[in-house]
Amino acid sequence: MALQDVCKWQALDTQGPSPHLPEAGGWAVPRGCDPQTFLQIYGPRLAHGTTTLAFRFRHGVIAAADTRSSCGSYVACPASRKIIPVHQHLLGTTSGTSADCVTWYRVLQRELRLRELREGQLPSVAGTAKLLSAMLSRYRGLDLCVATALCGWDHSGPALFYVYSDGTCLQGDIFSVGSGSPYAYGVLDRSYHYDMTVQEAYTLARCAVTHATHRDAYSGGSVDLFHVRETGWEYVSRSDAYVLYMELQKAPGLEQEQELEAEAAQVHPELATPQDAEEGGELSMEQEEATPEDSRIIAKTEMV
Amino acid sequence: MASRYDRAITVFSPDGHLFQVEYAQEAVKKGSTAVGIRGTNIVVLGVEKKSVAKLQDERTVRKICALDDHVCMAFAGLTADARVVINRARVECQSHKLTVEDPVTVEYITRFIATLKQKYTQSNGRRPFGISALIVGFDDDGIPRLYQTDPSGTYHAWKANAIGRSAKTVREFLEKNYTEDAISNDNEAIKLAIKALLEVVQSGGKNIELAIIRRDQPLKMFSAKEIELQVAEIEKEKEEVEKKKPKKST
Repeated sequence: MALQDVCKWQALDTQGPSPHLPEAGGWAVPRGCDPQTFLQIYGPRLAHGTTTLAFRFRHGVIAAADTRSSCGSYVACPASRKIIPVHQHLLGTTSGTSADCVTWYRVLQRELRLRELREGQLPSVAGTAKLLSAMLSRYRGLDLCVATALCGWDHSGPALFYVYSDGTCLQGDIFSVGSGSPYAYGVLDRSYHYDMTVQEAYTLARCAVTHATHRDAYSGGSVDLFHVRETGWEYVSRSDAYVLYMELQKAPGLEQEQELEAEAAQVHPELATPQDAEEGGELSMEQEEATPEDSRIIAKTEMV
Repeated sequence: MASRYDRAITVFSPDGHLFQVEYAQEAVKKGSTAVGIRGTNIVVLGVEKKSVAKLQDERTVRKICALDDHVCMAFAGLTADARVVINRARVECQSHKLTVEDPVTVEYITRFIATLKQKYTQSNGRRPFGISALIVGFDDDGIPRLYQTDPSGTYHAWKANAIGRSAKTVREFLEKNYTEDAISNDNEAIKLAIKALLEVVQSGGKNIELAIIRRDQPLKMFSAKEIELQVAEIEKEKEEVEKKKPKKST
């Protein structure tokens, strides 16, 4: 019998995830209460409203979100960032409790970095989603609220996974998360197809978020747009939601759709440059997209 | 003051040896020979089968084991130790698929086995595993790989290697005969493995067990008949080479 078995000494398990966070169930609650019931009755009421969306297509994965952080009817921050880079080929859209999302993304970044050092390569997006959902499901029932879409490019091409804090992990082509998601889904389902061009995809994403911000009280501010390509993620634009919506309203009618398609075929080159997530430095914000060409392209997908 | 305690458990001797690990390597040298060859499109494992007793069922003695669809290993040394290591490796292959959604790479599972072996050289009251393993397979990127682990927990990649009894002889044979031509053709790689084993195995093809993995295909164990065919081909080739020789001397 090994000496360590006799002494009941357990070697540290360095292989598994070690978030150094409180044990699930290790909450300091009064005697006689279990953490779940306690939180249900006395826990803080964390309201969460947002619109985030992500979809994958031939040329990568698009992630878009509004920028309003609300706490009940109070706008805590009109210009928050809801799309978090994890590493050069992975972004996460966050919805739910901002604090939870940010914390868990930092934990995820650490775990991925450790695995990269150990294995010599980053895990696939499927593996990352599995990892995140496994970490979150340990805290199930303890009022964590993280609803996130992992958007990345790995050896299998563009990949998109939805992870929820109860442990749900789903693969899909389109996801929209948040209080504004029904409105975004309406627009997305109308015009999405896998073989879109990059400009069509940008326009579709902006259009979907803009319409959601128009109707949902908890979404608003600006529209952030990110694109994950084979070479990494890039921050495409941040545009004011109201300005975008007004442009959509000015869109010409159906009969001009043919013309616009011909014009839109002469597509502009991409506007942003790839950034390295690991540097974590300031992201340069693009100027607002209020150019006339853009409004025509936006209008193209507006046709009902 | 150097007492004999450092021979019984795995602690350092005054001159820096881990005697238990070295004794484990001796145990490996007593095991039956195993040879592994990494071809361009194929990996081959061959082992010397110990002759079984008359009443023993031959099929229960298997020295080449699949760890997953795309990885397999052969070992030399204590069979019981190998069984434990193989079981742990098989579980790890599936765990990896569950958590990371991808099959293991050959290097990953080799590293796992090597780490496991190393743990046992650093635990109180445990002895090291008395086996060396040859692990072969194809990764997702289609590159063939061959790794060898030993009881100390180190592992290395090889183009061709042999372990067990007479490993040195077989390795010398491989060093002489492993050429790019020899391995570019699948059949030639298989023949090379058999030839290498025939150097040290008594009574020919009956005592050889052979397995191959081709790219994107599962493990294939050769039946006794198939091995006999290969051996017959090798003997024919040898005869032809022999026939040509006397003509040249005249």
